[in-house]
Amino acid sequence: MTIATQVMTINMGPQHPSTHGVLRLLLELDGETVVKATPDIGYLHRGIEKLAEHKTYHQFIPLTDRLDYLAPMSNNLGYALAVEKLLDIEAPKRSQYIRVIMCELTRISSHLLWLATHALDIGAMTVFFYCFRERETINDIFEMVAGARMNLSYIRIGGVARDLPDGFTEKTRDFINTFMDRLKDYETLLTKNKIWLMRTKGVGVISAEDAINYGLSGPCIRGSGVRWDVRKSEPYSSYDEMDFLVPVGENGDVYDRYLVRLEEMRQSNEIVRQAMDNLPEGEYIADIPDVALPKKENLKQSMESLIHHFKVVTGGICPPAGEVYACVEAPKGELGYYIVSDGSKNPYRIKIRPPSFVNLEVLEKMVVGSLLADVVAVIGSLDIVLGEIDR
Amino acid sequence: MTEDITVGKKLKAKYPEAVINGKTFRGELTININKDYIQRVAEFLCEDKETAFDYLSDLCGVDLSRLDGSSNFEVVYHLYSMELNHRLRLKVKIPASNPRIDTVINVWKTADWHEREAYDMFGIIFNGHPNLQRILTPEGFNGHPLRKDYPLKGRQPDSLRGVYREGKQ
Repeated sequence: MTIATQVMTINMGPQHPSTHGVLRLLLELDGETVVKATPDIGYLHRGIEKLAEHKTYHQFIPLTDRLDYLAPMSNNLGYALAVEKLLDIEAPKRSQYIRVIMCELTRISSHLLWLATHALDIGAMTVFFYCFRERETINDIFEMVAGARMNLSYIRIGGVARDLPDGFTEKTRDFINTFMDRLKDYETLLTKNKIWLMRTKGVGVISAEDAINYGLSGPCIRGSGVRWDVRKSEPYSSYDEMDFLVPVGENGDVYDRYLVRLEEMRQSNEIVRQAMDNLPEGEYIADIPDVALPKKENLKQSMESLIHHFKVVTGGICPPAGEVYACVEAPKGELGYYIVSDGSKNPYRIKIRPPSFVNLEVLEKMVVGSLLADVVAVIGSLDIVLGEIDR
Repeated sequence: MTEDITVGKKLKAKYPEAVINGKTFRGELTININKDYIQRVAEFLCEDKETAFDYLSDLCGVDLSRLDGSSNFEVVYHLYSMELNHRLRLKVKIPASNPRIDTVINVWKTADWHEREAYDMFGIIFNGHPNLQRILTPEGFNGHPLRKDYPLKGRQPDSLRGVYREGKQ
């Protein structure tokens, strides 16, 4: 007797907890084996690139928060660096160090949320609560610094919005001193856990050549053994003065990407420590009246500052005509901003190169031939945020 | 930088009629390419040992109509070399009335979604793309939103509403 079989098409998402946002997948299954997986994106498309063309350069900063909403500082920084390159200015040393501290805390925070949800998807629930506990502290630090917990807009063109507040040093040192031990806790829960190994080893494999050809970046490409990190290859914001390692994997599977991210958190923690130890004195924002916002505390005493503030806010800034591309190593990978300026106060065109968008592209290659349950593990290991995929 | 000059020279020596001109702004090299040559230029830059642009960072469209008054689009490629750690920007001008250009998927597979996005946002048609469909806007969407003549505010015509009501997709 023969039993007739057929390929079944099922829909996963967009309201599915393990698609990490509003990702929709059209899966074609032969039994439990994936034959075809077609991502359907765009549910969160807000037209940020179109909006940018109608805003001034300073007004665009809050929109960058809403790209990868788990790593607002990195988004701010990438944009600020692009505009600074266009204007040919440099932020003061102190602000560069503050930027490094913030971006590395953001990286830890983003990786924590990835670990929490990724582990939850695979069935390890305890990790979720631990990670959110740590993330809470980082959010508290951000609240002290920027006044908000998620959409920070702290990094500005030419520097940062304000200096580090009182109590910041103690709180951050508390955090980085305990965080290493906390990381060990996660590792004891997962790294040698048999279920974890079975669910992640040899799943979603991608070779180094394919990873380059498909344009992967961040932990996804390093998991395949490509030692490439924008912080090292094209250092920005004083990263060349920090001493840190770039971890890489070997097999390019879910497990290696997990190990890479865990090690990255450790390195980020060390970078924060170094930046805090060597934090230079000085200004937190460049004193370039036509371009950068004046310091807030000067507004009440200095007439000139008030005038400059008024002019920058109402009139905007007019960078020279030209085009620049600046990229940073965001938690998810290479985040690039391509800005075309026509010399007016509005950017002529801003193209954002979101790491998640490119990383998601490879999903189909990774999951075809594996089981339905592995799809969830692979999506988790890519660490996507739909905010920046759809823009 | 000396490296940048090498790239331009090498490309010019290989395909003299492909290179229109080159320019360095803020330390970034931009080379304008004739649109008929994009596939050959891409292949050459990727495979040659001294350029080795094996990584396509980004691909996007730009509507030039309000920048230089011409009715042209531009396709911009941002290339990076893992091995040599240098970057290059390629730009190709295509007329807005017939926005067609060859795909570069055969060189960099990552171009797939980038090209779909450029098609979605600008209506640029990439010859040879295996699945050139809208990617960010829904099916049944009218127009290409990043063109300069597309309004910032407004509603899509009723056609789109029908698609949802009838539950076609």
